Order: sequence, then C-alpha cells, then structure tokens
Amino acid sequence: MLIFGERINGMFTDIGDALRNKDPKAIQYWAVKQQEGGAHYLDVNSGPAIPTHERVEAYEWMVNVIQEVSELPLVLDSTNYDAIEAGLKVCKRPAIINSCPAEQVKIERVFPMAIQYNAGIIGLTMDKKGIPKDAENRVAFAMELVAAADEYGVPMEDLYIDPLILPVNVAQEHAPEVLESLRQVKMLANPAPRTVLGLSNVSQKSPDRNLINRTYMAMAVACGLDAAIMDANDDDLVDVAATTQILLNRSIYADSYLKVFRAR
Amino acid sequence: MSVTLVKEKYSSKVGEVVLGATAEQGGTRTSTITVGGDSALPFLHFEGETKNRPVIAMEVTDVVPSWPDTIKNRIGDVINDPAAWAKKCVDDFGADLIYLKLDGADPEGENRSPEDCARIVKDVLAAVGVPLIVEGCDDGEKNNEIMAVIAEAAAGENLLIGIAEQDNYKSITAAAMVHKHTLIARSPLDINICKQLNILINEMGLPLNKIVIDPTVAGLGFGIEYVYSIMERARLGALANDKMLSMPIICTVGHEANRCKEAYASVEEFPGWGDLADRSVLWEAVTASGVLQVGASILVMRNPAAVSIVKKNIADMMGD
Repeated sequence: MLIFGERINGMFTDIGDALRNKDPKAIQYWAVKQQEGGAHYLDVNSGPAIPTHERVEAYEWMVNVIQEVSELPLVLDSTNYDAIEAGLKVCKRPAIINSCPAEQVKIERVFPMAIQYNAGIIGLTMDKKGIPKDAENRVAFAMELVAAADEYGVPMEDLYIDPLILPVNVAQEHAPEVLESLRQVKMLANPAPRTVLGLSNVSQKSPDRNLINRTYMAMAVACGLDAAIMDANDDDLVDVAATTQILLNRSIYADSYLKVFRAR
Repeated sequence: MSVTLVKEKYSSKVGEVVLGATAEQGGTRTSTITVGGDSALPFLHFEGETKNRPVIAMEVTDVVPSWPDTIKNRIGDVINDPAAWAKKCVDDFGADLIYLKLDGADPEGENRSPEDCARIVKDVLAAVGVPLIVEGCDDGEKNNEIMAVIAEAAAGENLLIGIAEQDNYKSITAAAMVHKHTLIARSPLDINICKQLNILINEMGLPLNKIVIDPTVAGLGFGIEYVYSIMERARLGALANDKMLSMPIICTVGHEANRCKEAYASVEEFPGWGDLADRSVLWEAVTASGVLQVGASILVMRNPAAVSIVKKNIADMMGD
C-alpha cells in the first residue's frame, strides 16, 4: 500500500503563500512532516496560487526545494503538462505524473513523456465529458488507458488507474461504483495495472472526515486499491493502511507491524 | 516448438551477511565467508542469482558430546580436544567454518566459567583460519554471562554468536554490537516471532546485515515439512522486500537429525531399517538437503560422512 502525501498543494493557505512569496519553509516543513507520518511519495500541486504563465517556473522551484530536504519520490500533480515536464527534468528519482484522462490528445502528450523520464502515470477514468456515473464506463476508460500503456510500452506497474471518488455527501451513489471499478480494473490485464484514489475527496465537507476516510480506505484496499493520495499525518489512517496489508496477508505479521510499515 | 519458461520476478533479494574478519578487518581469520544475497528461490538459476553458495559449519563441542558412536568414531580421538577437533573438521572433512557449542558452561554440568569458555574460543580461533560460530549451553542466564566475556575476548573477530531469543535477546545483542560480532536470532518455528525478534534486535541498533535467522528446524520425519513451509514463507517475504525477514538462514541440521530415532537406533532393534552407519549418515544428509532447497545458507552438521554427501549436493545444485 503506497501513501502519496497530499499536503503540498497550493489550495492550502500556507503552501499558496509559500509559492507567492517564494519562501520554501512551509513546503519543506510538509515534505519532512509527511515523510515522518508514513508517506512513500509526495504529491506536488501548485494549485491556483500562481498565475498560469508562471507555473512552469514555480513547479521547477517546488521540486527543487522539496528535494533539498526529502529523499521521497514525487507525484507531479498539475493539468499543465509543461509544468510537469519542467518538474520531471529536475526530479532525482522516478516520479509519477498526475494525471492523464482517457483523451487521445492528452495520452499522446503524457505517455511518451512518461517513457522519456521513466515516470509512472496516474490515469483518470474520465474524458472531456466528465466522470462516469457507473463502474462500467469507468472501466471502459481504464481499458483505454491500459491499451495506451501497452501501445507506448509503459509497464503496468507504472500505470495507476484512478477511478475517481466523489464526495459522499453530494454524490453518494459513486462510492460503491468506485469499489466495483477497483475490482474490475484489476482484471483488465495480467499483470494488472495499479490503482489509486484521491482518498480525501470522499469526505469533502463532511463533519466526520477522518472516519469516512479510514472506512473507505479499508473497503477500497479490499477491492484492489494499491495507493492513495491522502493525509499522511492522520496516524489512524496510516494505521489502517498498515493493517490492511496484514489482513490481506501481503505483509507477514509481527507485533510491531505498525512501526515497521512506517520505517524505511 | 520452443517452450518459454514461466519465470517469477522478484522485487528484492536476501540480505548478505559477512562472517569472520581478516587481519585488515580487525580479526585474525585467514578468510571470511559471505552468505545470502540470493535474488530467487534456491538454485533456480534461470530466475535469479544464488549469489553465495550455502556453507557447512561443522559442530564442535567443548565437552565430549553424547552423540552416537557412529559419529564419534568418525571424528576419532580429537573429540577430547576442541581445537584439534576443529582443525580436523577444516583440514580433513572440508568444513567451511566451525560451530563451537559450549555445553561445558551448563550449570548442571561442568559449569565452566566465562573465562574458561573464552579461553576455549581463543584456542579454536588459533587452531583454524575459518570463521567461527559460537553458541552457549542450554541455560539462557549463564549464556548471557559467558557470551559477554567471549564477545569481548574475541572482539573484532566478527564471530557469529548465539542465541538471541524473544525473551532473552538484549544482553547478547549488546555484546554483538559493542564487540562487532554477528548475531543468531532464533525463533521457535514461528514466522511472526521470527520477524518480531529481528525488529526488536534491529531497534536496539544492530544492523540487519549483522543478523542471521535460526528458524529452528526439525529432522526428517519429525516435522521437516512444517520447517520447510516456515522457511519458504520467510524467503518469499525477503524476495518481496520484507526487510525484517531478509536475513540469511542457519539450520542446526546435525542436532535435529541425530535426535531422530532413525538416526541412532540399532539394526538389532529395528531389523527392517537397515544398517545404522549408513542410515545415520543419510538421515543427516537428507535433512540437510531438504532445508537447502528452501534457502538454508549455513548448515550446522555433525557427521563427516554426511558432510561429504551434502558438499557434493551443493556442488551439483550450484552447477559446479
């Protein structure tokens, strides 16, 4: 189970301010803190804090200041592929591109770039028309992404299918469809592609966010979830991730398994 | 029509551990031994590397052992002298290293002092140039006393010392850390305790490449299948990057095989079982060959004739 720490995102005030003021402190603080919490990768998203034309430069700066303090590989999270490419150029370790929808134009931009920089890809099960309501259409998009990976020579272990979870308080019917999608995606290829979710999205604007996140994680992992973009500093959530690996017999039990999960 | 082999692909490999230390490394050994490092299940050379060949440590005790005469006769008079016995094991029987068991320390037996035990260790070190494994008696408390003194007396030799167990690991782990030795972590045929003990020892500060796993084995006919499944689980864990199970494995084959009735009961008692001399050799050799197939890196053996057979088996499996 891979944890992608979500906190370095311009949507958060401290990160937004850091970007506007070119002050790396908050970014570096969260890089270290998320690593300590149990993150395996750090998601990096400049968000709307920076005007579009400055994003390429901002991205390169973010990657550099994070790498000054953390050894963790990065998940480059942007809709601006030039910004992602600028980040990939300075990444010291193989990164993951977040993300690419099932749209031919974007596939043609992202997949060759992933090969060039030895990067992974998060493939979204959506196209221009948006997110499907049911599992069937999500899996159809996943199939297109798997076929693209095959065509461009991206190994299945580097393709992370994201079946896109929506907030349960406004789009409750999506939660079970996403679980079903996870199950089916795992049967699309052998070896199967990996899977990922932006987990915190499920609990947006609900009062019991942590409980919803934890519960959904346990359910999703049982259905085939391999990675989550999530709050790496919610200790209970990280504990759930560790425990799923024990209960699915993926990691051999020892009394100190929680500690071992965090140690690297 | 050509046939494509189905190959497993593993993400990690077994850790490597070095035993012994030469003069440049702070010891007095003429050579060191490296075990582990495999990147596939044992001897599946087409799937991955069996990097370091398994080795045989021959068992030497500081008091004349209560072993069957079939073994003692092969060893001969040197059985009264641990240093001479060790030398014969290396020179005549081809032992890769020596496993010295200090049964004389037992409070219910000779009750030898820690200093006496340390002297015996030094004698054996002086007699042979190969790396040395040193284990105490069957009394945990006494072992803590003797191993602290032995570890200090042989500081820098990078002995493989034992035994650390879940309820008694701190003292010997500290001794290994301070005096730069490698440690045997023994668990009672339990994969979860095996992993937990490695975690506990590592938390004290001993690096993972200074630990060797003793999963506890059983002789042929006395639960070797269970041993096999535990060792296989540990090995698959190591290959799947479970760092806390990735250490090389030591198996006390001679001890376990020769506890089996089939290895010592006379032909008069069981006429259908055949000649004891052959049977005893085969029981130990087959037990050893069994655990080799699931990843034993160090075989602790007793019978020189069995050692000879297993050495040939290792050479065959390595494709020599």
